[in-house]
Amino acid sequence: MRNKTAYLGIFLALSMILSYVESLIPFTIGIPGVKLGLANLVVVIMIFGMGTKEAFGVSVLRIVLTGFLFGNGFSILYSLSGGILSFLGMALLKKTGWFRCVTVSTAGGVLHNIGQLIIAALVVSNFYIFYYIPVLLIAGVITGFVNGIVSQEIILRIGKRLPKGGK
Amino acid sequence: MNKRFGKNDLIFLGIILVLGIGLFVIFRMQDRPIGEKIVIEQDGKTYGTYSLLENQSISVKDEEGNVTNMVVIEEGVAHMEEASCPDHLCMEQKSISKDKETIVCLPNKVTVTVIGGESGDLDAVAN
Repeated sequence: MRNKTAYLGIFLALSMILSYVESLIPFTIGIPGVKLGLANLVVVIMIFGMGTKEAFGVSVLRIVLTGFLFGNGFSILYSLSGGILSFLGMALLKKTGWFRCVTVSTAGGVLHNIGQLIIAALVVSNFYIFYYIPVLLIAGVITGFVNGIVSQEIILRIGKRLPKGGK
Repeated sequence: MNKRFGKNDLIFLGIILVLGIGLFVIFRMQDRPIGEKIVIEQDGKTYGTYSLLENQSISVKDEEGNVTNMVVIEEGVAHMEEASCPDHLCMEQKSISKDKETIVCLPNKVTVTVIGGESGDLDAVAN
């Protein structure tokens, strides 16, 4: 039990740091909502390596804590909407057992972008921003895919050592 | 998890890619006319409508009268010149001039949308 808590703590800290590092890298391509999604790496690794419940907990905690530290109420809202939609999609895909890590991560990336776009459109009451969905889709696919490959390599190497949790 | 890619993965990824590229092509093919005006919305309500044909600088103020965003129209194109938000993402978005293009400042809830000519009323505005 001690071991598991330690891992949870490490993963949480890791995802927060990845979130911070991502904010340091200038990755704007002129379209709102495109992000690297580095913190998603941790979520994917946890979904496949530890368990869905643990992954969800760390994911939500990360968003809330990072929001308190670096953002505000609204940034938590945007991140949460993207994060939860992305998580639900990934958990579902994993549950079917048909898909491997890379695909799940790609789907997660896409859903994350779409979730954020939806909430943004609702908050500012402007639905013209959906004009950017194709770009966000493709950007989400690319970032999710790359994250997926990295996560996969990590899981293949250390997956066995992680304490398994609940589904 | 021994194999890296299964058949299902390739099918799924393939579908997403096709969808994405397909949507992209469809959107691109829609010949978007150069718009004539921009409408600036703040917190869901219209702040003002401005002609893209006149070079101008618009300061968007909040209720207390503080300027939160500044939109500049120059040579028929609009961009976000200044913004009080912490991330300045809106200032990095590319300049807009075509119908329905937008620039969004989420923290300040300000959006700039290009609309068409005389008959260019917004098709739908969410309240």
